[in-house]
Amino acid sequence: MIEVEALGKQFGAVRALDGVSFAAADGKITGLLGPNGAGKSTCLRILSTVLAPDRGHARIGGVDLATSALAARRLFGVLPHSSGLYPQLTGRENIEYYGRLHGLSEPRIAERADELIARLELGAVANRKAKGYSQGERTKVALARALVHDPQHVMLDEPTNGLDVMATRHLREWLRELRAQGRCVLLSSHVMQEVEALVDDLVVISTGRVTLTGSPGELAQRFPGRTLEEIFVEAAVSSAASAAGAS
Amino acid sequence: MRSPVLIVCLKEIVETARDRRTLGSLLIGPLIGPLLFVVLMNVMVSQTVSSAEDRLDVAMVGAEGAPNLLAYLRAREIYPLDVPDIKTVEDAADAVAVGKSEFVLAIDERYGEDFGTAHAAHVTVIFDGSKQRAQGRVARVRGAINAYAQQIGALRLVAHGVDPTLLRPLILDDRDVSTSAGRSVLLLGTLTYFLLFATLTGGMHLAIDTTAGERERKSLEPLLTLPVPRNSLLLGKMAATIVYMLAALAITLAAYVLVMQRLPLEKLAMTSSFGIGSALVAFLVLCPIAPLGAALMTLIASFTRTYREAQTYLSFMLLVPTLPVIFAAITNVESSPKLMWIPSLSQHLLVTTLIKAQPLDPRLVALSAGSTLVFAALLAWVAGRLYRREAILG
Repeated sequence: MIEVEALGKQFGAVRALDGVSFAAADGKITGLLGPNGAGKSTCLRILSTVLAPDRGHARIGGVDLATSALAARRLFGVLPHSSGLYPQLTGRENIEYYGRLHGLSEPRIAERADELIARLELGAVANRKAKGYSQGERTKVALARALVHDPQHVMLDEPTNGLDVMATRHLREWLRELRAQGRCVLLSSHVMQEVEALVDDLVVISTGRVTLTGSPGELAQRFPGRTLEEIFVEAAVSSAASAAGAS
Repeated sequence: MRSPVLIVCLKEIVETARDRRTLGSLLIGPLIGPLLFVVLMNVMVSQTVSSAEDRLDVAMVGAEGAPNLLAYLRAREIYPLDVPDIKTVEDAADAVAVGKSEFVLAIDERYGEDFGTAHAAHVTVIFDGSKQRAQGRVARVRGAINAYAQQIGALRLVAHGVDPTLLRPLILDDRDVSTSAGRSVLLLGTLTYFLLFATLTGGMHLAIDTTAGERERKSLEPLLTLPVPRNSLLLGKMAATIVYMLAALAITLAAYVLVMQRLPLEKLAMTSSFGIGSALVAFLVLCPIAPLGAALMTLIASFTRTYREAQTYLSFMLLVPTLPVIFAAITNVESSPKLMWIPSLSQHLLVTTLIKAQPLDPRLVALSAGSTLVFAALLAWVAGRLYRREAILG
């Protein structure tokens, strides 16, 4: 369970987050949706404890990020915007390195690496240096690395960015699998169609504020006769207009 | 479960070792100094006085007119060289001007006649004053001829019943008290600089990689989401940087030992006391520089946005440790407790003492190491503070 309460973050004069609140439940895929620059990445960076919020609270699995960041980090795995692999290490070594820093035992690390390499179909490339990987292979290894400690919560920042159709389909499959295992999956995206088929809950952010929440089904009922994309665009435009009016 | 500092350190060592570019710079840095040293020494040896015991062949014009002078020169290992092209003084001047001959000794046609009748006989040395290389040999020939002239003059005075010392109211004697090892210092003074330079270069890549490099590769952010305190990450990376710096220092010292054993230092009236033993002591004296360099470089790199930017700043930083060395060269200071707190200057003075084959005071060594390590800890603490800022993500 990921809980966010009235989160605020300012970079100089830019108000990146302005009182964002939402919750992502276990056993569900929650989509954080918004146009570029809406504050999705800032929100995920605060949730992954890389940034500290100016205001508000965030809890992951009931652990407050402000007071026990180290403990919270054991409870989640992050797939960052760019994979951020070490090019001189092999895919397997990249996974193992994170396993060690999570404090897992060597046999456990080997076991997890084998499992993830098999499940993500990385067998052919796992022992090659990461610098020669394709975008899809990089994303897969980064995902395996994020899951090495078997976290209950998984956060992904625009995971399908740069992936081809096949890789995108695979990724969706794995995310559904994580959901079926009862995990809490939170992903960000700026492409409506992409998340429509995948997510259980939607949180639409625009200019640092939550403008809409609900499941795709609920939203379709609330705004009859409109596609999710139309709803999304309207929410984004009206929020941008009110933000401009306020300033 | 191993300590995260160790995990990070080992991973950085492995990753760096696999990068050919980095490994290249790790090897090139340490070898610049010794190679330059070999070149410099060889140039110096070839320029300096071909010392008395070496045979010197000199192109001569009209040598047949002065058999006694030639015999005197031969006794000093100076032999006439027969060059078919040079028959007259004009030939000789041309040959020297175009560089075919270094210098020519021309004995006047009327030498025999003048010498026999106790007139001043003429001998000309034809040389090119702008060419440094020949100066030593010209001086040697000139010295020999002057000595011959003085000897003949003295004999003639004695023949006339005059005491030859009358013509020498003053006698100037040189007494050089420098030891041969001390003379080596002139040249070996560059040694500390190259040792410091190689040490710092050896860790430069990793120091940059710790902040600017990881940031540029986007690997810093996921790393910071792991349940490891940022200080541990930073310490692990600094430890790996120190390992590479010490490796570079060891390689440089080994190269110097090899080079010194093969160089003709005695020809320059220098002796080298730089053997394996001194190299080990030098390593001990210099190794506190590694943590200081690692902390300082990490600190500077944390302000920069990209790898290249960091590289530019750090290249300038490589000059910093030379400042005390230059200061020492200008002011000619000696090791003293007052100076031991200054990093790089203290190491320079201690290593110089070592090269001079003078005894090293262990208290000074401890003072130098202690002070340098305190500076290192301070800078590492500041670097840790910076690493915790959000701006570290760029």
